[in-house]
Order: sequence, then structure tokens, then C-alpha cells
Amino acid sequence: MKRHFRVWRGDATGGRLEDFQVEVNEGEVVLDVIHRMQATQAPDLACRWNCKAGKCGSCSMEINGMPRLACMTRMSTFADGETVTITPLRTFPVIRDLVTDVSFNYEKAREMPAFAPPPNLRPGEYRMQQVDVERSQEFRKCIECFLCQNTCHVIRDHEENKRAFSGPRLFIRAAELDMHPLDARTDRKDFAQSAQGLGYCNITKCCTEVCPEHIKITDNAIIPMKERVVDNRYDPLVFLGRKIFRRRGLDEPAPPSPARQPAAVVPQTTTLDEQGRLPLSEFTFERPGAPSPYGEDVQFPLPADGISYHHPSEERPEIDQARD
Amino acid sequence: MTTTERIERHHYDVVVIGAGGAGLRAAIEARLAGKRTAIISKSLFGKAHTVMAEGGAAAAMGNVNSNDNWMVHFRDTMRGGKFLNNYRMAELHAKEAPDRVWELETYGALFDRTKDGKISQRNFGGHEYPRLAHVGDRTGLELIRTLQQKIVSLQQEDKQEYGDYEARIKVFAETTITELLTDDDNRIAGAFGYYRETGQFVLFSAPAVVLATGGVGKSWKVTSNSWEYTGDGHALALRVGATLINMEFIQFHPTGMVWPPSVRGILVTESVRGDGGVLRNSEGKRFMFDYVPDVFRNQYAETEEEADRWYTDPDNNRRPPELLPRDEVARAINAEIKAGRGTPHGGVYLDIASRRSPEYILKRLPSMYHQFKELADVDITKQPMEIGPTCHYIMGGVEVDPDTGAAGGAIQGLFAAGEVSGGMHGSNRLGGNSLSDLLVFGKRAGEHAAKYASSLTSRPQVKPSDVDAAVETALAPLSRSGENPYAIWHDLQQVMQDLVGLIRRKSELEESLKQLADLKDRVAKVAATGGRRFNPGWHLALDLRNMLLVSECAAKAALTREESRGGHTREDYPTMDPAWRQVNLVCSLDAGSGEVVITRKPVPAMPPELLLLFDRAELAKYLTDEELADYDRALAEARLNKLDGSAAAKEATL
Repeated sequence: MKRHFRVWRGDATGGRLEDFQVEVNEGEVVLDVIHRMQATQAPDLACRWNCKAGKCGSCSMEINGMPRLACMTRMSTFADGETVTITPLRTFPVIRDLVTDVSFNYEKAREMPAFAPPPNLRPGEYRMQQVDVERSQEFRKCIECFLCQNTCHVIRDHEENKRAFSGPRLFIRAAELDMHPLDARTDRKDFAQSAQGLGYCNITKCCTEVCPEHIKITDNAIIPMKERVVDNRYDPLVFLGRKIFRRRGLDEPAPPSPARQPAAVVPQTTTLDEQGRLPLSEFTFERPGAPSPYGEDVQFPLPADGISYHHPSEERPEIDQARD
Repeated sequence: MTTTERIERHHYDVVVIGAGGAGLRAAIEARLAGKRTAIISKSLFGKAHTVMAEGGAAAAMGNVNSNDNWMVHFRDTMRGGKFLNNYRMAELHAKEAPDRVWELETYGALFDRTKDGKISQRNFGGHEYPRLAHVGDRTGLELIRTLQQKIVSLQQEDKQEYGDYEARIKVFAETTITELLTDDDNRIAGAFGYYRETGQFVLFSAPAVVLATGGVGKSWKVTSNSWEYTGDGHALALRVGATLINMEFIQFHPTGMVWPPSVRGILVTESVRGDGGVLRNSEGKRFMFDYVPDVFRNQYAETEEEADRWYTDPDNNRRPPELLPRDEVARAINAEIKAGRGTPHGGVYLDIASRRSPEYILKRLPSMYHQFKELADVDITKQPMEIGPTCHYIMGGVEVDPDTGAAGGAIQGLFAAGEVSGGMHGSNRLGGNSLSDLLVFGKRAGEHAAKYASSLTSRPQVKPSDVDAAVETALAPLSRSGENPYAIWHDLQQVMQDLVGLIRRKSELEESLKQLADLKDRVAKVAATGGRRFNPGWHLALDLRNMLLVSECAAKAALTREESRGGHTREDYPTMDPAWRQVNLVCSLDAGSGEVVITRKPVPAMPPELLLLFDRAELAKYLTDEELADYDRALAEARLNKLDGSAAAKEATL
């Protein structure tokens, strides 16, 4: 049976949706159809894929507007006669057709301080309980399809936030290391707050919804990280200590990691309850998603003069020179 | 240079081609040795086929059963490979695998744990004790992510020291190498390729190249392999004068999905059987008991009761026959289907639903549950799976020095590790031995590539004429008007699937060579439409040439070897022949005609201390009478020293 598809074709300079009539057989997924388009109609249709089994996270795209893995989207999930529209990930710059430049994610990953092995243990001496490793193992299921990054509204259509915001993929990496029973660093959540832009996240759970591995990104990684960040930042004793003895360092992030970029300026939270905690619980709120941590009166995007943005060349002139 | 195009050039000490487990491990080692290292990846960083490995990494750590040690692992590996393995590689592998696995923990890997907090180990086909370090059924993903993150951590160190993440190790993602370049003395001088994204060419000048490009499965129709598995490393090596061995041995994994058609070939992990799953035919019979070959008779259960007891009491019962090495199970399934006892979609049933609780299945096999639920709409906690053999792994590959990974033949500076290298697994690889293989030999290849680079007094120079030729070859499909590469690829897969598949015959192999010759003419005229920017048609047109070359090696070697052993089954020569056990078939490329030439070379003979690890009765099934006489002499000598066989071995190797 032939079905109607619309596929976005083009490159950074622009493009359009092209129509295809393609044969679809029982049990096929969208990636099969794309392969048939390549084999029979458009040999140069650009598309990433590898394992075709939902394990490598290469074939991320938007199918009828939903961020999906093409290899895990069965054709039987569409209504008879429904047109299937396939477009590239929107958050990342298009290279060609369905292929986008996802280097943002690799750059952010590189800024994330690596696992710090415990200094007193030699290889083979690591002892951990299954129940303790399972928390981090959930996050290590991540196949780096970057659908969570793509759907996150902090950077989707907000290029300006990309510098300060690492995104859900890297928050679960931070949580994974934070919960790793033997990681020697203790500043993971501080790092998430100060350098990864955890504060930008207002817990709309879109990332969790699109995760093909069903990782509970928001509930199991982001919220616990936020709670502990808040615990620390608003601990009354720490607060007093800081005020009285001017011990600024008390809740500051631990010594900067080798990879640390200049810390982003993170908006301060305004809506705290009487315990000094963010009202994070979605159970008590009248609408889905938590309230904005910036307060309900802040509109996005922020006006340009309200953002402390520094062009990279101001800090790293050597880069521009090197490019010349 | 005659080309008008300016070609981007990079200078490195070691260039690693392939960013799977072996490639990343090699790159880590080369960088730790202080070498400027480039990693070249056909896909994005961290997407390599290693992520597909499910079961685990075999390493005799003895965490679950303390009787395990390297000698037992060595024995299992040799048995699994039907004694055709390079004994030295099997020995190094068994000895070093535990260290390589423990090392991963220092990079941040989180394996499943035993009750006392050590790395848990699971049972797998052909392994005498629970031996596979694992993370659920996504061990490959854990491995690749761990190595990826280790590379990032090395880059962070470099950033701190030099102010640049990429000062000493850089990943070139989505970059394909099309040629290796040599100097006049047949030393590696560099590698030439293109960025997939832009189609621009790139030239790496480097004295040492490590091949870690994986396998060749994309030449077959039903395969568990991804598009990257086009035999690039095998073909690159051949073209610069290196040799390939054991190319006739291709592992058909017994359990690939068979339905729906779009997922045909996708792997179902062996852990399903290790954790209690059994194979049944359409009559509901657990048929594997009928297929235990004589050589394994003593190690496998004869009744269902005994087999079922083994899961809880392995010391007093023998293993279920579902856990025979992969070649045996694949042949058995094939025979059942042929006899008309297959499922509606042409497979057999793999049943764990009736044998384990849903909770247990979800805990032990989460990604299998996920895979069947989402791709086939089958709930494996309630229904049996339909499975059949799928092309999975090639045992053959670049002939290497066991200790250094240096390629044989007339080339210097070329190293190989992982699936692209040959010898380690003999005629059949055991499950779980691949992840440990790529760690052990990835490290060795990286280390020795770095050493080789240091030993040179002059840097081999790339010949400009070679670069011109490489540019011309790469651009040719774009300027021709000819056949669609997808059509040729489809036909190639059909030829290999039908004529060089699981069961082979002389007439079919001869026919395959004829058809491959026709395909060669068609590949020479293949055309790609469109431009150079991320053009999959063009990429495929360039890959076809490599696929064809390795297919020719496999078909020729299969025709030459007149016996059945491991991943090579000849219907017309159905038994193992001890004389053939002593022979490796070596493929090389005739420089004049461009034809693949097969020569015979003796398999290196095991030294007495390793030979004495085996019972005479077992060796008698594999070895010739002369070799057995050698065994008897060695044993007598050992006894003369008032030591029994295994004690002598321990003495000799400690």
C-alpha cells in the first residue's frame, strides 16, 4: 500500500517539505520508509541511523511534530490515510535534510567534570551494592538521542539560552555522578546550578515525555538535584554564617574543575515558601508543570538588555584570531 | 598535486579508525603514551556498533564462582573456536580481561553487583562458569559510554594543561576513511577520507594507524549489523598489502528477530537463554537435546530435569543444551526450520514467558522487553518470541601479531584490534568474548602503535600522486551516470545471503564468485546523484567497493576450506577434519590483477604448558595423531618432573 509522506528537504540556507508516495508494508517503522525513499526515489536524502533497534539514538527526528526515533515509530500507529510529516530536530542547526548539527550536546558534555575515581581504591577493589548503583544506572541507560534536548523549551527556539544551559541530557549526567556511590567529587549539584543552568529548568517534564528509554529525567534527576541545591543554598545556618562571617565560600561550588567554563549568571529564585524551599511539588499545583522559578511575572524571552550575555570573543579573543 | 581542491591536512602520531570499543580503548592508550591521537568515526561519537552488545564482557574474575580462572577461560575460548584460535591471543585475552574490566570501573562504569558488592557475572553459551560482567542487557552501551567519557576526561586534562580540549586527542565524527596511504618503503604514512557532513576531503598524516572498524555484516541480507559494517578496515588493510585470515568463518547468531520484516535480523541476546529461556519448535518440543554434538556430550545435560536444575545448582548438574556455542545452536535452529517445524514466520520459538516470572524477566532483560514490545508488539513476559539465525560477527580479519596487534604482510605501521582483526576467536566466537577482546587488544594495539611511532627516526611522507588518485576514486561516482548504488547493494546482499550463508555448498560458492565478478563490473560503474553534502547515496557507492572485496574473500575462503568447523558449514563436507585444523587460509590482494588470492599457512601450535591444560580425550576429537603424540610426550615429560598436567601448566605460566 502506498502512503503519503512529507519530508523536509534543504540545508542551512532554507528548504521545503517535499511530497512522497511510498510503499508501506506490514510491521514497518518510519525509518524503513525513509530507506525505501532513498533506495527508490531520493538516493541523496540525508538521514542519520545506525542500529535500527532503538539502541544507538541516531535517527532522532520530528514525526508529525513529535520528537521521535524513526526506528521506533511504527507505521501502524498512524491512522489510515494520515499524512506523515517528517522534519529535522528543531533545536539544532540543520546540516542537510533530516540531519542536524548536534555538536552543542558534545560541547556541553565536555564541560561536565568527569567521574573522579576514589583515590584510595585500586582497580578491582571497588565495592558497591546493587541498590546503590541502580539509581545511577537508570541515567546511564541514556542513548544520547538528544530528543530531550530538542524538546526542552529553554533552548528550543531560544538560541540565546544555549550558552548558559546544558539541558536535560547533562542534568541526568550530573545526577548520575552525584548518585554514583564512589565518585570522589562532592560538588555535582552545585556545578549543575552554577555552570549548567539547572535553575532555568521549570520542570515541565517534556523531556521525560519524549525519552525513548523512559528515563524519569524530571522526577529522578532534576527535582532531586534542585531540592538538594535549595537545601544547601537556603540552609539558615549557612545563610547566617555567610552573612555574619562573610564566608562567601561556604556554599560556593567546590574548587573549579579543569573543564569549568565561566559560570553562567543564573536568575535568582523569588518564590520561596516559609521553609525557604521552592514550591516544587506538582501534586499541589492547579496546572501541569511547576510554577516558574523566576516568578510568574517574568516573560520569556527576556529583553536583550536584561541578559548578561558576553560574546565569546570578549573572553577568548585567541579563538577569533585562530579562525582568521 | 593536480587537484584544484585544497585538502584539509592534519598531523597526528596515531590515527585510530573506528570509534567503537576497540578504537576508543586504543586511542586512550595511545594518548596515555603521550601521542597526539585522532579518532575517526563514521558516525557520531558514541553511536558505534558496540552499543548493540547486550550480554556482557567475559572476564575470569571469579566473583560468582571462585573456581573460575584464566586457564578455564582459555580452555572455553579454544573449545568454542574449535581449536583454530591463535593460542597466544586466546591466552593473553583470558589473562588480561579481568584487569581491563576492573579498569573500566575507574573510568566510571557501573556494572551490576553481587551481594558482596563485586561485579556480578552471568552465564553465557560456551562459558563453564558465570563469567560475563554485565549491566542488565545493555552492557555494550555501558562500555562505549564509559570509554567515551574517559576520552572526555583526558580532553579535560589537556584543556587544563594546554588550554585546548583537542590538544592531544581529537574525535573526527562522521568522517569516513577511503584509503590508507604509504610511503615508498611500504610504511603507513597517513589516511585519506571525507567529512560526511560537508563532503570535503581530509588528509591525516600519521606514521601509525590502528584499524578498529568492526565487521562486514552489511553484505548479508539478514544481519544484526548496522550500516557502518561494510568491511572498511578489512578492505583498507588488503589494499595496502596486509593479509586477512579466517575470512570463511562468519558467525550467524542463533537468535535474531524474524518478525515483523523491518526488524528481521535484529539481535535477541543470548542472555535470554542464560537466564532460563528455552528453544521450542512448532510442536512445542524443546529440541536442542537432539543436537548436542559428540565433542560437547559430556558437558551438557541429557534431560530437561537436569538442565533445569543447573540454573540453581551448576556444580552438580550439566548445562542446558540451549547454551551450546552459537554455531551449534544456529545450525540446530536451521535444521528444525528446514524440517518443517518452524513458526509461521520462519523461525522457532524462544520461550522465557512460561519459565520465569514477569518481574524476573523485566529485571534481567529490560531492553529485550522494550525491543519486542515496541518493535514487534510482543510481550515477552506473556508470549514466546519468534527467532531465527542472523549474520552477526566475522571471526576472520586482519592477520596480526598476537602481542602487538601489528598487521602481517608487507606493511609497517598498521595495527588492528577488535572484530576487524582475526585469529583470536578461531572458527567461532563465544558470546561475551567480543567485549573483552576489544578491551584487551584495543589497549595492546594502542600501546604498540604509540611505541612504533616513537621508534621511527623519520616520518613517512604521503605521496601526492596517491592523494590525487584517492580524490579521483572518491569523486568518480558523482560524475558518472550509471547505476543506483542501492540496487547493487541489494543484489550483493542477496548473493551473500543465498550462496554464502549459514550452510554452504561447492556449487553455490562457485556461483557466488561468478555473481560477485558481475557485481564488481557494476560497482565500477556505480553513480550517485546529488552533491557532496551529507549524501548517503554517494557514501554507499564508495562503501560498496569494500563490501565487495570482503565478500570475495569470504566466498573464496569458504570454497577452499573443505570441512565444517564453527562458523563455516559445508553441506558437502559435514565433519571437522583434524588436518584442516592445522591450516589458516590467508587472503591477500594481487597487486597486478586486483584479485583476492588465497594461500595456506599453518596454525601456530600450542606450547606444551597450554596443551596440557586439556584432557587427552578432548584433544583427540580435534588433533591429528602426530599432534597427539606430541601431547603424550609433553605429558610424560611433565610427569617425569613429578608434576601432573595442570600443575605443570600453572608452574610454567606463573
